[in-house]
Amino acid sequence: MWKLARYLKQYKLQVILGPLFKLTEAVFELIVPLITAMIIDNGVKKGDVPYIWRMGGLMLLLGIVGLLCAIICQKMASIASQGVGTVLRNELFHHINSLSHAEVDRFGTPSLITRITSDVNQLQYAVAMLIRLVIRAPFLAIGAVVMALFIDLKLGLIFVVVTPLIALVLYLVMSRSVPYFRVMQKKLDRISLVSREGLSGARVVRAFSRQKHEEERFTQAAEDQTRTAIQVGKLSALLNPLTYAIMNFGIVAIIWFGGIQVDTGTLEQGQIIAFVNYMTQTLLALIVVANLVVTFTKASASAARVNEVLETEPSVREPEGKTAEAKEGEPRIEFRNVSFSYTGREPYVLEDLNFSIAPGETVGIIGGTGSGKSTLIQLIPRFYDTIKGEILVDGVNVKEYGFRTLRGKIGMVPQEAVLFSGTIETNLRWGCREAIEEQMVQALRTAQAWDFVKALPKGIQSPVSQNGRNFSGGQRQRLTIARALTGSPNILILDDSASALDFATDAALRRAIRRETKDMTVLIVSQRVSSIRSADRIFVLDEGKLCGIGTHEELLENCGEYREICLSQASGKEGENP
Amino acid sequence: MKRSVLKRLLQYTKPYKGFIAGAVVSAVIQISLSLYGPILIGQAIDQCVSAGEVDFAAMIPILLMLGLTILGSALFQWFMAYCTNKVTYKTVRDLRVQSYEKINLLPLKYIDGHSHGDVISRIVNDVEQVSDGLLQGFTQLFSGIFTILGTLLFMLTISPVITLVVVLVTPLSLFVASFIAKNSHKYFVEQQATQGELSGYIEESISGQKLVKTFSYEDQAEEAFREINGRVYACGVKAQYFSALSNPCTRFVNGVVTAAVTMIGSICAVTGVPAALTIGQISSFISYANQYTKPFNEVTSVITQVQTAFAAAERVFSLLDAEPETPDAPDAGTLRDTAGLVEAHDVCFSYTPEQKLIENMNVTARPGNRIAIVGPTGCGKTTIINLLMRFYDPDSGCISIDGVDTRTVTRESLRKQFGMVLQETWLFSGTVRENIAYGRPDATEEEVISAAKAAHAHSFIIRLPKGYDTPISEDGGNLSKGQRQLLCIARVMLMDPPMLILDEATSSIDTLTEIRIQRAFNAMMEGRTSFIVAHRLSTIREADQILVMEKGNIVEQGTHEELLKKKGFYWKLYNSQFAAVE
Repeated sequence: MWKLARYLKQYKLQVILGPLFKLTEAVFELIVPLITAMIIDNGVKKGDVPYIWRMGGLMLLLGIVGLLCAIICQKMASIASQGVGTVLRNELFHHINSLSHAEVDRFGTPSLITRITSDVNQLQYAVAMLIRLVIRAPFLAIGAVVMALFIDLKLGLIFVVVTPLIALVLYLVMSRSVPYFRVMQKKLDRISLVSREGLSGARVVRAFSRQKHEEERFTQAAEDQTRTAIQVGKLSALLNPLTYAIMNFGIVAIIWFGGIQVDTGTLEQGQIIAFVNYMTQTLLALIVVANLVVTFTKASASAARVNEVLETEPSVREPEGKTAEAKEGEPRIEFRNVSFSYTGREPYVLEDLNFSIAPGETVGIIGGTGSGKSTLIQLIPRFYDTIKGEILVDGVNVKEYGFRTLRGKIGMVPQEAVLFSGTIETNLRWGCREAIEEQMVQALRTAQAWDFVKALPKGIQSPVSQNGRNFSGGQRQRLTIARALTGSPNILILDDSASALDFATDAALRRAIRRETKDMTVLIVSQRVSSIRSADRIFVLDEGKLCGIGTHEELLENCGEYREICLSQASGKEGENP
Repeated sequence: MKRSVLKRLLQYTKPYKGFIAGAVVSAVIQISLSLYGPILIGQAIDQCVSAGEVDFAAMIPILLMLGLTILGSALFQWFMAYCTNKVTYKTVRDLRVQSYEKINLLPLKYIDGHSHGDVISRIVNDVEQVSDGLLQGFTQLFSGIFTILGTLLFMLTISPVITLVVVLVTPLSLFVASFIAKNSHKYFVEQQATQGELSGYIEESISGQKLVKTFSYEDQAEEAFREINGRVYACGVKAQYFSALSNPCTRFVNGVVTAAVTMIGSICAVTGVPAALTIGQISSFISYANQYTKPFNEVTSVITQVQTAFAAAERVFSLLDAEPETPDAPDAGTLRDTAGLVEAHDVCFSYTPEQKLIENMNVTARPGNRIAIVGPTGCGKTTIINLLMRFYDPDSGCISIDGVDTRTVTRESLRKQFGMVLQETWLFSGTVRENIAYGRPDATEEEVISAAKAAHAHSFIIRLPKGYDTPISEDGGNLSKGQRQLLCIARVMLMDPPMLILDEATSSIDTLTEIRIQRAFNAMMEGRTSFIVAHRLSTIREADQILVMEKGNIVEQGTHEELLKKKGFYWKLYNSQFAAVE
């Protein structure tokens, strides 16, 4: 947690002054019972009415000044805590953006999202508590004991017994019940999971007539959560009655022993009242301290998770100093003895790949799951670095380019058709910030998306909801293709990106890409022979190795793996005949 | 409306009314006893006047009484919490289970038409809010109001004058409490909304991290993020600040009440005007004053909570009130061991009345026939599946199996006649074995394995870390799409149904698995009437009948050769698929 303390520096003023103001209020609060005792022992007992007025006025004054101090402190706390949270979020977001795919994969998206949202919120809350309560609450708890000892040492001993006793009960109950809250959350997650499965699988559940079974599964999950909730409830229900009883028995003791002392003349009646009031204050302050402990335990776990992200170094870095420029007359893409694995060790996912692809060439890449097709194309924009060998784009090692230069050359259409909320236009601009309308329309035309975009009431200004849910799978896919085309990239990579398209659209798309983009090198990763069969060359991948390069006809002739793929997808005749 | 929501909610608590009564009674006892405490303390203090004037004999019974009051109050406080817990959590469970059961009764139209996230949030979050706001809220409201009234009553018994002073200060505490509640609620809502926007953006751009890099979009994304984050800061500071005011303001109001009570009480004690007061009684008043504001705050804060809870309860009830699927007719027969003659007579169907879809569909599938359904994306191929399985009912016309109208038999028996493998594979979070045996939980180990073998799934299953006992993670994430589909096929194989509905995967399945799936499909279709939403030409060619669909209608019907001769829509479709790209 201390590593994150640097973010507080900007709010030094608030972090130091805030608690001081709060402390002032607490001091006043501790003085009030003393004044009450004085009013009774000096005012009432001696019948001094003006004294009562004066002291009463003082009480009011302390209250007003205390309130002002507290208000200033709360303002400072909210500025500092929200400020720290905001800075942390910006910092985290920036850092996550700088991480490479390997690190993002390692953390996983959901985990990164929790870290930047709820973990930061937790820390934000801790900062607020730090300013508002960390000084105040222990001060009040200890202060009450000290004040009691100060009024009367012997009677004050009751506090020395009662305070630790209350603290002990708080510790015992809370240390047992707080860990349960995580368990509860897990059980609640299970309920969501079963409901989600019930909804998404509604057809299957009904097809197999297993409604009863699903209901049982749900009831079990709900029952399980209820049981835990009641168990925790029983435990936490002990807290208030126990502390209440201890405190009040403390008061009984104060009155009894106080009475003995009053009888001997070493204590005054009003002071007993002050003692009673301090006792009440002690309990309230201790409960706050206990909650603070919980808050900071949670916050330190959150801090560790946030720190883990901030301390992670991106494994793929931009070259320092001067970056390279493309060379003329070189192959567009060249792999030289490239081997790669995600772990950095053997076994390799890709092994000893050697090939070069010319400008304007269309290459189809086909192979089974785990054959490394997607990995291969992800190496080109340097999402990962090779373990062995080198990759050249336009005659230059990809490691020598700036990210923006390298990735600007490449238009990538990912497997999952992900769009961002905004409009069609804002999505297309991802490909090229300065794109003019004609450019975008042209890209949409090539991607076979213009027909449906044109038909929308707002055309390319049509809104896109999160993940593009307001478009069908096929439309989304065509829009992602248009997005990649908008930037007129030198290299277009289609990573199995036509899966949601029917054959006719898929074919029209390939024809249009061919027609419109003469110099563009196109890499098509696909499972469908029909999508790649007309490519200039086809690469057949098998378990990370290239087992065939050639045209459709050549491969049918001399590549066993390729032939099997074709046979699986069409009757043999179809494979040969246009 | 609110009253009816409340009434209905009370219905749910009925089975636990013993606990409710227990909670109310213990609340009354506990509050009375704890309010009686300060009076006893005051009386005891009155016994210690000054040196030599302490009346221990009188003090002992008072302290004993105080001790009993403390014990009683603690005990009933615990019991009240215990009862409220039971009622709350059991009601929550009942509501949840009922909501879930409702899902199974709803027509698919509802499930398809509503966001699943929204329905889940009703079952999980809204029900939680109902429990927080309405059940616990009402306990707090009840004890809060009772405490206020009790305090006033106890104060009146000591001194009406000082009670009057306290009552005069009351508007101050009401004003402060409602001022804070109103403002913090306002900014809180604003904060929630902005934070929601930020979370949405975070989710989108972090899940799309790879795309952000692909398009070198880091700077823009960051700029947009900072803008929203800045707004979160602005309203966060206000929301934080106002909610943080609550405690100091409470302390202040308490302080004012304490000061007023001490002053006026002391003056009364000295002057005896308008009524004499003992020192112990002043102390009792100070105790009351110290906790005077608390119930006011609780009551005001509970009111907003109750409001959100009402909204949540309404959402839950609207799910429970949704029109269920028309139940099977009471005299519905059962289909058993059908031969597989499927006929559609003049079937008309549309999802929404404004948009006509299927009109006058007539199809006959003879036992053992393979029917391929083809057409461009979004032409309504899956609608046929919906109608065959009676996930939806036709608007007019009828579908019959072996000459029996499917609406006259139970849905369960109808659906058991079909084996269904959809493109969107569905597995639940259980082991591989449990998933294969989904339709027949009583299947033996041998049966499960032989079904898996028949589905060409056995070989990959035994290579999984725990073989058939490997748990499948949520959404089957630890298996590839193709492997998931093989499991779904095995699941159907085990059922051995007379008819099949298959939805061919368009792509994204590796070739080796695809070959396996194809073989498994072929083995399965042998001798069974099969409906296939087809994407692969080989499947289409081998079909006994092809239904060509366009915009929801069957535009052509026949075998591959017949349809090619027609030179119609199918011919066009076929040519566009295989036309050379050059």
